Amino acid sequence: MSGGWQAVIGLECHVQLMTRSKMFSGASTAYGAEPNTQACGVDVALPGTLPVPNGEAVRMAVRFGLAVGARVREVSVFARKNYFYPDLPKGYQISQYEEPIVEGGTVRVRGEDGRAFDVPLVRAHLEEDAGKSVHDAFHGSTGIDLNRAGTPLLEVVTEPALHSAADAAAYMKALHQLVVWLGICDGNLQEGSFRCDANVSVRRGADAPLGTRAEIKNVNSFRFVEKAIEYEIERQIRELEAGRAIVQETRLYDETRHQTRSMRGKESAHDYRYFPDPDLPPLVLPDGLLDAERAALPELPEARRARYESALGLSAYDAEQLTLARGIADCFEAVLAHLPGQAKLAANWVLGELAAALNAAGLAHGEGPVSPAALAGLLRRIVDGTLSGKLAKDVFAAMWAGEGDADAVIAARGLGQISDDGALIAAIDAVLAANPKQSEQFRAGDEKVFTWLVGQVMKATRGKANPARLNELLRARLSP
Amino acid sequence: MRPLGRLDTVAGALAALRQGEVGASALAERALARAAEHAALNALVTSSPERAFAAASAAAGSTGALAGIPFVHKDLFCTAGLRTTCASKILDGFVPPYDATVAERLDRAGAVLVGKANMDEFAMGSSNENSAFGPARNPWDVARVPGGSSGGSAALVAAGVVPFATGSDTGGSVRQPAALCGITGLKPTYGRVSRHGMIAYASSLDQAGVLAHTAEDCAHVLAAIAGADPRDATCSARPVDDYVGALGAGVAGLRIGVVAQFFGDGIDPAVAASAREALAALEAAGAVLVDVSLPTLPLSIPAYYVLAPAEASSNLARYDGVRYGHRAEPVADLAELYARSRAEGFGTEVKRRILAGTYVLSAGYYDAYYRRAQRVRRLIADDFARAFESVDLLAGPTTPGTAFRLGEKTDDPLAMYAADVNTVAVNLAGLPAVSLPAPHVGGLPTGLQLIGPAFGEARLLATGHALQQRTDWHAVLPGGGA
Repeated sequence: MSGGWQAVIGLECHVQLMTRSKMFSGASTAYGAEPNTQACGVDVALPGTLPVPNGEAVRMAVRFGLAVGARVREVSVFARKNYFYPDLPKGYQISQYEEPIVEGGTVRVRGEDGRAFDVPLVRAHLEEDAGKSVHDAFHGSTGIDLNRAGTPLLEVVTEPALHSAADAAAYMKALHQLVVWLGICDGNLQEGSFRCDANVSVRRGADAPLGTRAEIKNVNSFRFVEKAIEYEIERQIRELEAGRAIVQETRLYDETRHQTRSMRGKESAHDYRYFPDPDLPPLVLPDGLLDAERAALPELPEARRARYESALGLSAYDAEQLTLARGIADCFEAVLAHLPGQAKLAANWVLGELAAALNAAGLAHGEGPVSPAALAGLLRRIVDGTLSGKLAKDVFAAMWAGEGDADAVIAARGLGQISDDGALIAAIDAVLAANPKQSEQFRAGDEKVFTWLVGQVMKATRGKANPARLNELLRARLSP
Repeated sequence: MRPLGRLDTVAGALAALRQGEVGASALAERALARAAEHAALNALVTSSPERAFAAASAAAGSTGALAGIPFVHKDLFCTAGLRTTCASKILDGFVPPYDATVAERLDRAGAVLVGKANMDEFAMGSSNENSAFGPARNPWDVARVPGGSSGGSAALVAAGVVPFATGSDTGGSVRQPAALCGITGLKPTYGRVSRHGMIAYASSLDQAGVLAHTAEDCAHVLAAIAGADPRDATCSARPVDDYVGALGAGVAGLRIGVVAQFFGDGIDPAVAASAREALAALEAAGAVLVDVSLPTLPLSIPAYYVLAPAEASSNLARYDGVRYGHRAEPVADLAELYARSRAEGFGTEVKRRILAGTYVLSAGYYDAYYRRAQRVRRLIADDFARAFESVDLLAGPTTPGTAFRLGEKTDDPLAMYAADVNTVAVNLAGLPAVSLPAPHVGGLPTGLQLIGPAFGEARLLATGHALQQRTDWHAVLPGGGA
């Protein structure tokens, strides 16, 4: 970086857990309902209502902790973070403070250049989301929608261990991939299921003490995180080089101007008065939960990616594409289970024809009318020579249209290649008998006429002759 | 003074109903008539006659354990469709859309709600003078306080309006008014009764309780309201004992620890003597009295007045004028909406505790106050646990004195706080305790407090029952006639 500056970046990502009900109430978490139709007495903070923790959210937090190799606390503590805001009905947010459920751990990241690095985590804790203020709907006043209030979040906090905007964005992607892979988050960035705050500071070289940091709040796209941090690093260097000091403050990213701007300074910083929530006893993991989650932990994307390269001999590119989402990798492995030894063929079709059809239909791997077993059935007909690659695509299209499995389509359309020597020889002999002149020309050394003869056999078999075998047999028939 | 009548108690009224001597509607009518007669007590803030008569007719065919028994709720138990005020202006117009678990269970048992009782605002107080409805008064002397914060509940039971009332006890709010009004008050183990729907003051200390004339009546009511509740994460799943069945257990060989600190400085010697007299009656019945010291007890008031306000400052943040209750209007902006709604809605003592609680949780003060008070709380709990290794129950006077005059302590919060000197430690340790009527002093009631180990309610109530079988301090009502 210019002038010997080093950027120091830590990220806090809010991962919305895909439970059916809220963190501390029985209300639904479904997105997009009419305002305030998914808020019960607990979410509205009616007098006398009490929070009861959602066991599914706890399981998801444990799964995350195990996946990142963190310490998972058998006993963690919910705390209240106190502040007044209209979309915070209780006047406090239930979070975890001194004793979070997950401590430590690392997330393995691949940078855009393919370089792998580990990002150390400080902690991950359970908390509830706030509601939303609706500013535009009413004349001169603000509305409150509490549908989101109480939605479970896992806040994942990194050490200040990242040093470039690109690495920060790569980490955010890796974390996003991981939580979706683990089945704990739907990963929907537009709906706010995955949001990020970035703490950014700069210092003169890696050994200098940490500089004053600014926090960029609530960025929900990989690209914007990168842009926002880039801007912020440059801004801070510019300020420091001009002899001005950095103010510890919260900044917002302006997506249209690609700038960050000050939201509130430290002087107005909240004193959140954290203390253990007296409505909630310490969260003790149920017996056997850790072991059960450990046993059920799926193979993680990085491990699969490495295995696809080393054990299956796939290219780095294929391995990466197959492990972008667990659905893709699981689909690939399901195809491969029916088609042992054909990893490359399976990968080509899962990432090619199948992915294209799924995309066009707005579906994900694991969905759609062609199951992995059915796809394997089709590929088997390529391996055994029944179908050429080109014919196989037609058969796939028919399968997608619901015309049955590969063999049914092949039989119904008479599409199978003729690879049977007897049938091929009969067709060859008929062509040679009908064209004695051309046979003579070939035998006299006219190589060009061979292609014409192949064409005649193809014509006679309506294109179904196995081309390689036809070549061999025709040459044998014509040899003196 | 008049003697306790058959229809004044839960057990007596149940028997009368069963034997057809009286109907549930007549009992409801009697309660409402008496409430009107005692309007000067200012103890009932909401009367619900229609609801009462509907419940009474439903009770006629009910097999519920309390079918037909009239009662009042302290006005911090949410009652669906019936305003619930916490005696605060900030809850102006609030009608809960749901029932507290305690309300739901008493309904199911067939008990007949006739109204909601006055209290100190948000259960903060020891005299019932901190109420948006004005003070409730002591039926033994209307110039005196009934105690608090469940003052209205205690006054209505003591005056013979209803056989029992619900209350809540955070630092003595059931036991202290029970003592000052000459009735029996039970504060169960923390977690024995669900807090769902009981508007919070200090969540880690609050516990629903019962006010009635006798320990036997408390057993009947506790049996109906105790037990696990999935809507309260702090409510115990432990099975509920047979409190009524255990009433006859007696006290032979029972070891009662007489706690030196409960008889210490600031305790009126006459009140202490009353407690000793009640203990002597238990000794005569076969109990063994043992001297016990709980050296950390003097720390309980300071620890309580850090922890309870800390929790309250956060619990009461939801009263912001945005969704329900009092809202200041018109306002220029959000900050003014908050500031004015809360300034207008909360009374002085509530504001004092919100300020104190906010202070002790603030950055830089948390360790010195909140964390330290939590450590003290643990020491007090340890002290109790050690004591229970050698005795079955602990005992002392419930309060340092008899009922004081209205206005006597309102200008001196510390003097007011001292009214709970013998009760708050029990809440800090989460233990069950009962206040039982002891001999009057100067024509005013006093109380003997018995404390049990966690979930020891059956033993506590059986001991109270044994005492009340042998004495009649509980068996008198103020006023003349019968």
